[in-house]
Amino acid sequence: MKRWIYAGLAMVAGRRQVARSWRESGERIVPEGQPSPGAELAVMALLVCSAICAAGFVVVYAVVPLDVMTQWLGLALGGCLAFGSAAAIVFSKTLVVDEDAEEDYPEPSAEDVDEVRRIVRESGSRITRKRLLLGTTGLAGSALGAALITPAVSLGPVFDTESLYTSAWKRGKRLVDEHEVPYKAADIETGTFYTAYPEHEGTDRIDAPIVVVRLDPAELKLPPERADWAPQGILAYSKICTHAGCAIALYRKPLFAPVEPRPALVCPCHYSTFDPATAGSVIFGPAGRPLPQLPLMIDAATGELKAGGVFSGPVGPGWSGVRDGKVRFEPSGPKGVE
Amino acid sequence: MRRAVGLATLLIAVATAAMAAAQPPVGIVRPRDERGLAPVELGRQLFAGNCSSCHGSLAQGISSAPPDRGVGDVTGLGPSLRGVGAQALDFYLRTGRMPLRDPHEQPERQRPELSGKEIDGIIAYVTSLGPAGPPVPDPHPESGAINEGLKLFTEHCAGCHQIVAQGGVVTGARVPGLQAASAPEIAEAVRIGPYLMPRFSPKQINEHQLDSIVRYVLSTRDPPDRGGWGIGNIGPIPEGMVTWLLAVVVLIAVCVLLGKRVRS
Repeated sequence: MKRWIYAGLAMVAGRRQVARSWRESGERIVPEGQPSPGAELAVMALLVCSAICAAGFVVVYAVVPLDVMTQWLGLALGGCLAFGSAAAIVFSKTLVVDEDAEEDYPEPSAEDVDEVRRIVRESGSRITRKRLLLGTTGLAGSALGAALITPAVSLGPVFDTESLYTSAWKRGKRLVDEHEVPYKAADIETGTFYTAYPEHEGTDRIDAPIVVVRLDPAELKLPPERADWAPQGILAYSKICTHAGCAIALYRKPLFAPVEPRPALVCPCHYSTFDPATAGSVIFGPAGRPLPQLPLMIDAATGELKAGGVFSGPVGPGWSGVRDGKVRFEPSGPKGVE
Repeated sequence: MRRAVGLATLLIAVATAAMAAAQPPVGIVRPRDERGLAPVELGRQLFAGNCSSCHGSLAQGISSAPPDRGVGDVTGLGPSLRGVGAQALDFYLRTGRMPLRDPHEQPERQRPELSGKEIDGIIAYVTSLGPAGPPVPDPHPESGAINEGLKLFTEHCAGCHQIVAQGGVVTGARVPGLQAASAPEIAEAVRIGPYLMPRFSPKQINEHQLDSIVRYVLSTRDPPDRGGWGIGNIGPIPEGMVTWLLAVVVLIAVCVLLGKRVRS
């Protein structure tokens, strides 16, 4: 231990001597500046303040009650960093000798350019099959590019999109809530909305949740082929917005229809708004296609709600080309509706 | 010159008077002396003067615009109030949403122009007309759980009212902030579904869950702003905006102050 201390002292003394000798030798590079004891004092005071703040952080952490601790911790740490930065700024502005020096870029000469060319050429002296190397490099590059572009094919009708039309719903599936309790037609009231799932399919599939509302049957304007999809005016649509795939969590329901906007299913993400009375058509917002509708039927014996078929279209978010109608969504043939 | 100025002044005065005359009448039509009237009779007279032009002479509602416009060029249109009960009447009158100046406006909270006694009278009169309907709810927020309330509020309400109940917009309506709402008013709104809000039956939100929601909503009046500044309590986007707009500006200012431009 003693030897270590001696060694340290010797090192400090030695450095002093080196510094002194360097100071005495030759002419200066940086012009000599005036000493400024006041500025030194200011820097030291700021550094001491910074240290006090840092110590304050420790004290706050140990003493201050938990519910107000965060602000004091932030204040202490912020003060520590602010005083430290202020010290650095004062130091660099007042105690470091500086000068402005300019140097023009050298004019490029023909010799320099030639030298660079030679360096490049001569660096390749170990290569014997240049073309083959270039070819394989191109191969790797274009293969990578092709790999990155490939997913774009899914945007168009090139690949089979049949799987988009299959879902957890099929004819006869009962509508249940998140506790697998079946919904009865009599449970569905007007003026509110319900989330239902297909029985025994779980709640975590994107094609499972549907939103169920009841409207006055006289208000419905469904296309003729969907005339029997809404028994007693009870309608079901996929709960997944066709824009970006958020859940349709809002139901806009007028209390007094003559002076208020129409009932609508609204997605809270980007306010895509769908009209349940007109087969889920988009009446506002960025969604590009209607909500897929699920035909319903009522079990005559139990009064429970059941799916009367499959969705009218693919469930889930839209993609490029949907809005301008380039991609067609009609289910192929009679598969769409049982 | 002086004559021209005088003429202009006269024209402006006449135009202002004409505009004032064209404004629909404002304020409440009251019986001359309210003191001697029984509550139902007071309610009947107030209803006839302030409500019947839209809700019909016997609260039966007016659902299609009549050919003639009424007082103040307003077309009367309003739902039937038979059977809505004290619950809805109390909500709309106590929060100043009714009487509404124009049936096409969205009813919004304001200082009620009717006194408490007058509101009680209208409630007594309208509930005496038909089915009594649901009474004013009596929530017990102290028996609800605030964490369950937050969860239920997030699930059912925050989509429109925002997570700290500051309100916002939906397509076609403004969503009110809920800091001014009292416990019964919150319970009433959940059950009625005012304006474009869906209503929630006891099957969807039971009484205990409603207590929890009320407790959570009441707690948003004084949200714990641990950071010191709530920035409207409308979520992480304004917080990030403040960080970027303030902190980055300060940083750039410090850089500009510290840096030195070499002049050639």
